[in-house]
Amino acid sequence: MSIPTIGVVVFPGSNCDRDAEAAWTELGFGNVKMLWHQDTDLTGIDAIIVPGGFSYGDALRAGAVAAMSPVMDAVADFAADGGPVAGICNGFQILCEAGLLPGALTRNSGLTFVCKPTVLKVCTDDSPFLFEYEVGGNVIIPIAHGEGRYVCSPETLAELEENDLIAFRYAENPNGSLADIAGIIGGPDRNVLGMMPHPERAVSEALGSTGGIPFFVSLAGAIQQTLNEVTVG
Amino acid sequence: MAKVTITITMKPTLLDAQGRTVEGALKAIGYDDVAGVRVGKVIELEVPGSDVATIEATAAEMCDRLLANPVLEDYRISVTL
Repeated sequence: MSIPTIGVVVFPGSNCDRDAEAAWTELGFGNVKMLWHQDTDLTGIDAIIVPGGFSYGDALRAGAVAAMSPVMDAVADFAADGGPVAGICNGFQILCEAGLLPGALTRNSGLTFVCKPTVLKVCTDDSPFLFEYEVGGNVIIPIAHGEGRYVCSPETLAELEENDLIAFRYAENPNGSLADIAGIIGGPDRNVLGMMPHPERAVSEALGSTGGIPFFVSLAGAIQQTLNEVTVG
Repeated sequence: MAKVTITITMKPTLLDAQGRTVEGALKAIGYDDVAGVRVGKVIELEVPGSDVATIEATAAEMCDRLLANPVLEDYRISVTL
């Protein structure tokens, strides 16, 4: 039986890549392959995390340059085929810039970099990253960003709301995000998730919260289900 | 070489947090009547060619693909031969 393997994309300036790796391996779910931004071969990878950080020093706009890198073409193909892809913090910014998710993230309304635990309301559990969460429940996951204010057109917001594509909303809006949005879902099979809070920093009481554990348990379950289907098929 | 100047600003419908802060600072140093402060960015670049329409079209393509984010920003292009 194959071991669930997630790919963690590394750009110059990523700084949460090892946290994502540690969360996956230390919770015992499987292997991690670090993917350099120039890699285009995603063979053997069951899911992808685009991690947080300051790729390319946030030149131009956060995530704008990373979105143009070769690996993102491969990630877009992977997502189009239904593969689970999560962008966390800078990863969310990159997925929006790459057009894998609608809308954009810009400067916090208060201009300050905000780094603190936040209470999130779970808005849906219908995604490979979310089904272990309880809809309507609250989870505590930290944020750490200066450009996390989600904005989109009124049409996009209506589409997100009508199609149950808002994953998390802040209980107390820390950055001026439209409709308190902290994370959204996209992709052909609800398989792409972008969120500003860091689930990989919330996987142990020692880290201050375990609100990120269901993210990884959900993903592990989704991958296992796919692997079983392949074996049976 | 033609010189292209691209000015990128936050869409007027969106809060320009930097602009608001700068406006507050201007008021604080005595410019009480100042309003509508927006902070954007200017990108200068050079491209070969002498046909302004073609150069503008290329610059617009650059903006659409990378330099500006249509969700957040508007851009203006100015070409100097």
